[in-house]
Amino acid sequence: MPLIEVTDLRKRYGNRVAVDGVSFSVERGEIFGILGTNGAGKTTTVECLQGLRRADAGELSVLGLNPATDRAALTRRVGVQLQESQLPAKLRVREALELFASFYPNPADVDLLLDQLDLRDHARSYFGKLSGGQKQRVSIALALVGNPELAILDELTTGLDPHARRDTWKLVEAIRGAGVTVLLVTHFMDEAERLCDRVAIFDAGHVVATGTPAELRATAGESTLDDAFVSLTGSAR
Amino acid sequence: MNTFTKITVTESKLFLRTPMWALFGILLPPALLLGIGAIPGMSQPSEVTAGFRFIDLWVPSLIVVSLAMLALQAIPGAVATYREQGVLRQLATTPVHPANLLGAQLLIHVVVALAGVALVLGLGHAVYDVPLPRHPLTFLVTLLLGTVSVFALGLIAAAVARTAKSAGGLAMIAFFPIMFFGGVYLPRPLLPDVLRRIGDYVPPGTQPLQDAWVGNGVQPLQLAVLAAFAVAGTALAARLFRWE
Repeated sequence: MPLIEVTDLRKRYGNRVAVDGVSFSVERGEIFGILGTNGAGKTTTVECLQGLRRADAGELSVLGLNPATDRAALTRRVGVQLQESQLPAKLRVREALELFASFYPNPADVDLLLDQLDLRDHARSYFGKLSGGQKQRVSIALALVGNPELAILDELTTGLDPHARRDTWKLVEAIRGAGVTVLLVTHFMDEAERLCDRVAIFDAGHVVATGTPAELRATAGESTLDDAFVSLTGSAR
Repeated sequence: MNTFTKITVTESKLFLRTPMWALFGILLPPALLLGIGAIPGMSQPSEVTAGFRFIDLWVPSLIVVSLAMLALQAIPGAVATYREQGVLRQLATTPVHPANLLGAQLLIHVVVALAGVALVLGLGHAVYDVPLPRHPLTFLVTLLLGTVSVFALGLIAAAVARTAKSAGGLAMIAFFPIMFFGGVYLPRPLLPDVLRRIGDYVPPGTQPLQDAWVGNGVQPLQLAVLAAFAVAGTALAARLFRWE
């Protein structure tokens, strides 16, 4: 049974249709990419998966749970890194991790996490004083502190410099190496190509293609995922 | 450490690192007391206030001011700022129940409020010879009930306001009546009878506080109403709470 199964998901805000019949599934142990331009319906889909929003129609199963009704059980097993993670400016990094660890029944070791995310030297720093890359690593740490089976990472490397991006990619591979399934929301094709086992390409509320990056390149007859993405998503323009 | 303890300890640290509200809640009431007391005539018996000293009548209202400020400005401000900054959104992805956060805020501000009141009582007694509560235990119980009853109103604003600014605005709906009925604008003995009677039941309970103070019996019904405000308010806040 897939770890995530989405069947014909629909969601509208007033007159605007955000997600219009989306289906895909994610297997255990995969790094699965959700690709799309802004407004393609990626974030809405992910928020429905987390139980933060209620779908208008469609079947959703995450870890065998229904996000809309089993939110309490789901949040214990799913770690989420938000697009713009925010913590109180005067909260120290270690305090943040220890606080979030206290929310979970079986949390990760905070010291180990600090080492893994290269935050050891900043354990006593205020969150508000950290650089963009450091804040990003803290938000990843928060997603991992509950020892999740599934990590949802949203626009992970937006705003990071090339070195920080590559470090972050290694980290995602390490997370998967530890047995965590990763759902990666991104609009960077190089990131998807490098990290994802499979991707779903979103366009105007639909999934226009699903497959490995190589399959999508072949389907579109293009040499890069970037070109394949452009030719697959052009219809709405 | 369990979740509630941990969140309370962490929130306390954060509270002390930005000590504006703590200093405000603790130091403003005694500062006002000293300021009013320094005005000639305020600490002398007067014809206008039926032979009482203005300062004796005013101390309970001063307690109302400090409780209302913390309840209706500090608490909603703190929580709504978290909502505005997206801190609550981060918490919404975890299994933590929002009651933990509201409870922690409640506890921290109750401690600050009690410290402020203790300072007013101590200073008032030492400097202006304002008598201490005649029934200290009843006074303490009434004060706690009164504090939580008015803080519960602040929690409701904290539960729903989107931004710190709108939290302040929302809380004002309760702020002015509480100040008015608490005798902050006009000493309670000078209020019309019917308004004073209504005021007997309005949080944070100026009348039962005064009764415990001067040694009259406290009306159980007035305490019960305060308790009802406290329970209904916190329950409503937990129910209405939204992360975003």
